[in-house]
Amino acid sequence: MMALVDIVSSAGLWAAVLRIATPLLFGTLGALLCERSGVLNLGIEGIMTFGAMVGWLAVFHGADLWSGLIVAAVAGAIFGLLHGVLTVTLGLSQHVTGLGITLFASSLSYFIFRLVVPLASTPPTIAPFQPVDVPVLSELPFFGQAFFSQTPPTYLAILLALSMAYLLFRTPLGLAIRMTGENPHAAEAQGINPVMIRYGAILTGSALMAMGGAFLTLSAFNSFFPTMVQGRGWICIALVIFASWRPGRAFLGALLFAFFDAFQLRLQTVIGGLVPYQIFLMTPYLLSIAALAVMARRARVPQSLMQPYRRGER
Amino acid sequence: MRLERRDHRPIALIIAAALMAVLAALAMAGILIGLAGAPVLKAYWLIVSGAFGTRLAATETLTRATPLILTGLAAAVAFRARLWNIGAEGQFYLGAIIVAALGSDFLSALPAPLLIPALLTAGAIAGMVLILVPLWLRLRFSVDEVVTSLLLNFVSLLFVSMLIDGVLKDPLAFGWPQSTPVSDHALLPKLIERSRLHIGLAFAVVIAVVVHFAQSRTVFGMQSRAAGLNPAAAIFAGVPLKLTLVKVACLSGGLAGLAGAIEVMGVKGYVTTDLSPGFGYSGIIVAMLANLHPIGVVLTALFTATMFVGADGMSRALSIPTYIADVTVALSLLTMLVALFFTQYRIRR
Repeated sequence: MMALVDIVSSAGLWAAVLRIATPLLFGTLGALLCERSGVLNLGIEGIMTFGAMVGWLAVFHGADLWSGLIVAAVAGAIFGLLHGVLTVTLGLSQHVTGLGITLFASSLSYFIFRLVVPLASTPPTIAPFQPVDVPVLSELPFFGQAFFSQTPPTYLAILLALSMAYLLFRTPLGLAIRMTGENPHAAEAQGINPVMIRYGAILTGSALMAMGGAFLTLSAFNSFFPTMVQGRGWICIALVIFASWRPGRAFLGALLFAFFDAFQLRLQTVIGGLVPYQIFLMTPYLLSIAALAVMARRARVPQSLMQPYRRGER
Repeated sequence: MRLERRDHRPIALIIAAALMAVLAALAMAGILIGLAGAPVLKAYWLIVSGAFGTRLAATETLTRATPLILTGLAAAVAFRARLWNIGAEGQFYLGAIIVAALGSDFLSALPAPLLIPALLTAGAIAGMVLILVPLWLRLRFSVDEVVTSLLLNFVSLLFVSMLIDGVLKDPLAFGWPQSTPVSDHALLPKLIERSRLHIGLAFAVVIAVVVHFAQSRTVFGMQSRAAGLNPAAAIFAGVPLKLTLVKVACLSGGLAGLAGAIEVMGVKGYVTTDLSPGFGYSGIIVAMLANLHPIGVVLTALFTATMFVGADGMSRALSIPTYIADVTVALSLLTMLVALFFTQYRIRR
């Protein structure tokens, strides 16, 4: 029991919570933006993988870390464009196209990575983002060390959650996005172009997903390896529902999720001998499923999610 | 430019579109091979000869196609009813591990004619049980089964890893995490001597034919199709929607579990966490490439297996990453989606 208290009261745990939450937050915000405009993007797992790979590769070849993050975002937007053509222009099944993009993007990531970096016993590394202390706040006892000594992308992700909440609920553009997700025909009657809105949302959203992947290679770790995204994309899809399509709740959801993840990691060291480690590794996935079961009924789904919009066709 | 729905889709158009799609995917993969600095035509020739050039290669390709036929069918039957079972990978592993557990111990006293059917049934049931979880969540809590069935893949693989690192660990495996082998008389007979090709291939093809007739000639087939096309109309027409979905799910999960059982009993004899190089996920592509047609699945599974087995040799010869096979197969899924779209719509200016 004392051990549990020790874990929860360590600043290291809370610092890890924010770190683990960051890629989830990027991905969840990206998926949330797509879905608010009415498009489900199941390409997320593959787009995150590609972002992780291409961001790492850019830095490995001499780009600075921020450029690496931008390269990843652009690559994500390109996959978003592909998804847009398939789902918005052609109106294909969003389930199937998303899965197709995931399979394509992840296998392409592995292919390109292996081509550039031949199999070696020790994978090549880069110098990742270093933690930056927020002036004044980082000197607070406990909290300073726990929350205000993170790498820059973490602060960026939090900033993004705030700005997306503002964008969606306080600006005309946000209203247009939400309206397109609810009823594109009504949106069009208001002079909004649903096709443009959806393309914009998918491109931006996919760019965010790829940045979430790039966080893994540029900040959390310093190398790329296949399967490193490990289902985080799918967890983000679950988190969007958990968050009821709201950016603020997405932040809380990502934190909650990261808390359990960081906690189980530390719990392993305490009772690891008694319980197989696989049980601990299962928890994030089981937690996502449980979160879906609890929240899915209450969640207010954007009404036209997954419904293709064709002008003049019902 | 606008799109106009075609009045009818001739079967020749669909087949032509499918061939165009595969050619387009191969052309795009060719660009990647070219960028990697290898001769493209030679690469394709190496893929074909690597998959069929020798007797060994051909049997290897057919061995690889066997689980793909079954996981492809698993995806095809589910998708037809708009049940998005993306969990075939996990169902495959559960089917495999139950065979390793029962076939090495509890049931191994049975004679082969009883043991083999018992193990195959157990594998199928394991797959069914796993898919019923996402289905229950969908029917009870209206949770989209895509994410839940997918997340269960990770859970299943960890569960298998736990067992083969724990209670089912083979003490003779020099510390490697692998399951105890199934007893010799649980192994499936070979189809061709001195190869890995086993009777499972014939079994899978027969199942594909049976599924085809079940879908085209029976009430169940009609109901599952109706459930997929328009659930509201299906209920109105008196289709028991929930019951139909349960049946479809059991068939789908059962086929994926069976694939895992057959892979253990036909090829390896024991379970490791790399038993499947993504058979569950490739099955989705196999099913989509076949436009969800059970007989088509046999052909597209063969195409996919050809790519995977052929690319192995090609990549060694030209030092191109083997992932080119995954890229090509995934690309063909995307091009196929577009091609099938244009069998439904035409462009009008």
